[in-house]
Amino acid sequence: MELSITLKKLKERFHNSIIDIHSFRGDDTAIVKKEDILRITKFLRDDEELLYNFMMDLTAVDYLGREPRFEVVYHLYSLKYNKRVRIKAPVPEQDCTIDSIISIWIAADWFEREAYDLYGIIFKGHPNLKRILLYEGFKGYPLRKDYPVRKRQPLIGPEN
Amino acid sequence: MGMTEERGEKAEEGLERILGNSILLTKLDAIIDWGRKYSFFLYPFVTACCGMEFMSLAGPRYDLDRFGSALPRFSPRQADLLMVVGTISHKQAPILVKIYNQMTEPKWVFSFGVCTTSGGFYDNYATVLGIDTLIPVDVYVPGCPPRPEMVIDGLLLLQKKVMREKWSDWPRGPAPVTKK
Repeated sequence: MELSITLKKLKERFHNSIIDIHSFRGDDTAIVKKEDILRITKFLRDDEELLYNFMMDLTAVDYLGREPRFEVVYHLYSLKYNKRVRIKAPVPEQDCTIDSIISIWIAADWFEREAYDLYGIIFKGHPNLKRILLYEGFKGYPLRKDYPVRKRQPLIGPEN
Repeated sequence: MGMTEERGEKAEEGLERILGNSILLTKLDAIIDWGRKYSFFLYPFVTACCGMEFMSLAGPRYDLDRFGSALPRFSPRQADLLMVVGTISHKQAPILVKIYNQMTEPKWVFSFGVCTTSGGFYDNYATVLGIDTLIPVDVYVPGCPPRPEMVIDGLLLLQKKVMREKWSDWPRGPAPVTKK
């Protein structure tokens, strides 16, 4: 099957950064090295034939037991060409950091804080990386698969 | 009372002749309770999707005004019925307790919807499993969200309860979980 223009361009340009690409039922996905996330997202935003100018979603996944354990997922949309692409960047537990893409899309601000809040992934270069949904004093990261499912940290009242 | 019939009759000539059956306080209770049950000033503590049902309830179709509780006060200092509508998270719990403590006495609490009542289908790190772990509750209405008829039924139950209440029945002071 012929590759979409997005994946073709990514493959040509970032040959050494791409771990894998696939396009299941037309959903373009590229798995890339986390060190190059800034370069790749900047290219996707600025290339004349792509113009992924809308960062729709940024989230994380915990694949407990797999190495590397985490994955940061970006969903991008090109308003001009009506195209979507999904970028995934694996992040190992030992070095749980990735570059912040706030400099590319300012909208990433709260998404990165959310991923930090619930998964504990550090976004390097984020100007205000602190909890956004949970409260100060909350210990641990509750969407990690090894967070105890019955653990409660109430601010007031009993632990139920 | 240990009084004979005769002595009782004598007593009626004295104090009870002036004060009726010497049950002035009970009668005052009754008339105040009767007045109170038709004049709840509710504070809508609306946190989640149940709020939509609350809006329809307060609107003209179901018309909470018919039961004398149509005037939502957005300051707890002016409210005596706390309507807790929607899921309460652990992050919000201190706020809910603070609002409860700030309300005028006597005060009542209405648990609107299953999440408020028991946490509902949420049983996780974020959710309080029922507001009765934090503050005293008078009426529980389950449902996700409850039908307006259920809420009206709950309100009528609360009115019945208020009608029976004595001054000594009201919870007083801050909620027991309040941190000093």
